[in-house]
Amino acid sequence: MTRLKRLLGTELPVVLILAFALLPWIWMMLSSVRPDAELTHSPIALWPHQLTLIHHIELLQRTSFAQNLRDSLIVACGAVTLGLTLALPAAYAFSRFRFRGRNWLRTQFLVINMFPVVMLILPLFVLMRDFGLLDTYFALIAGHATFTLPFAIWLLTSYVDGIPQELDQAAMIDGATRVQAMLLVVLPLAMPGVVAVGIYLFITSWNEYLFALMMTGRNVRTVTVALQLFIGENQIQWGLLMAGGTLVALPATILFLFAQRRLVGGLTGGAVKG
Amino acid sequence: MLAPALAAAAILVLLPVIDTLWLSLHDVILYRPRVRPFIGLGNYTRALADPVFWESLTNSLVWVICAVSLQFTLGFATALLLNRNFAWRGIARALVVVPWALPSVIIGLIWTWMLDFNLGVLNNIGVLLGILPHSVPWLAQSSTAMAGVILAVVWQGFPFFAVTLLAGLQAIPGELYEAASIDGAGAWGKFRHITLPGLAGVIATALLLRMIWVANSLDLILVMTGGGPGTATQTLPLHAFLTAWSGGNYGQGSALAVLLTLLLLGVVVSYVWRNRAE
Repeated sequence: MTRLKRLLGTELPVVLILAFALLPWIWMMLSSVRPDAELTHSPIALWPHQLTLIHHIELLQRTSFAQNLRDSLIVACGAVTLGLTLALPAAYAFSRFRFRGRNWLRTQFLVINMFPVVMLILPLFVLMRDFGLLDTYFALIAGHATFTLPFAIWLLTSYVDGIPQELDQAAMIDGATRVQAMLLVVLPLAMPGVVAVGIYLFITSWNEYLFALMMTGRNVRTVTVALQLFIGENQIQWGLLMAGGTLVALPATILFLFAQRRLVGGLTGGAVKG
Repeated sequence: MLAPALAAAAILVLLPVIDTLWLSLHDVILYRPRVRPFIGLGNYTRALADPVFWESLTNSLVWVICAVSLQFTLGFATALLLNRNFAWRGIARALVVVPWALPSVIIGLIWTWMLDFNLGVLNNIGVLLGILPHSVPWLAQSSTAMAGVILAVVWQGFPFFAVTLLAGLQAIPGELYEAASIDGAGAWGKFRHITLPGLAGVIATALLLRMIWVANSLDLILVMTGGGPGTATQTLPLHAFLTAWSGGNYGQGSALAVLLTLLLLGVVVSYVWRNRAE
């Protein structure tokens, strides 16, 4: 009886919620491997009769998508590098030093994240334009830092907080400088946290659309913008779009599942503490 | 050590914010870069006199209230279910966050594809099951477009609540429930007197955070409808963005961005205040 109750009261609803969460994803993947004849037939059949990789092949051979993937990869890696380079020392300082205005500054970094993106993106566009930086990797990498940096610092600070201060003090008694203590003692211990933050930076940059739309053009074009541009052409080629969507979504999803436990702990930490 | 991050924040955030304020007081048309006359609050009075502003504000309210309440309800139910004991709980907890990891553009594409009038699978299923009398052009008609984009954002955002609230549930000590059982409390009593009070702080913070995000977000709507048909799904941030981006009117767009920020200030302040109090 309790078994039946658990099945109907818990497991069945969970199955329904998971179906809601996963079926759209699965439908995208499924649509990407069906021939056009099936995708343009209304009403669309729920079950595919024929599977094909033609959309994936066409996407990579006939369009600039491979290049867009490369651009996205460069920007995301740049965002990770820039983000970690700036966030690690800042997190270390927030964690180790007690200085006037420390709490105030930490709060300011939190407030930054609350600013409407339009508030930042319009002047940044004008700024980058005036400096002739539009359509470069740098513009987009810097743009992404505006909204990833606060969270990266916030997350990393909590990881560094978890490493005992005595360790860096011991290292400094043995003759290490502050920077050495940070890089040689704290960094290796904080590695799981650094990796999680790195993955957060990567996914956020990889997924980002609005900055990419404004800051890039002919030379640099990331996948999110490229995908959207496929729609603009008079007839929507859903097979191509879904193939592109799958190729873009896959790395983000895998990375997210991989780092999920740490990320979710950190992402919700701010919300859960209260 | 803080210096590099502070400098970056100053250049990339503080400067733009000041710049937005400056732009909003000037008549800045992008393709007329030489002339940028100061017009005081002209952009603001023009924005407030424009009926589109009020339509966008109304749309924003509908968007935020519907999206956040639905995300919360579904996320809370998910969290309660995933907090129970069953064999494959671990896998379920991992998989439920999948929508959250996807780019907004792709979420927009998936739902546009599924809601398509001719080829959309949702219309197909709806008609098959007899829920819909006939195919509905969800995103192409004003009366249903908002529902379509809200459906997509609920899908995107409910895992956030599920995960946050689940973590909050796990922090409630199990002894409380045991003690309540001994005292003869039923399931509803336990929920009402232990779960809800124990979660209140987490719920409030998560709701505030999510409201700010949803109110600011515009990429999903931009991809799915571009604010249309007409202005049916044009929210305030989208209005600001389109005014500047498609209209080339950066002064006006900046003024709208500042107005949005001012409107959100109350929510942001209460979030920061909660965070500091902790």
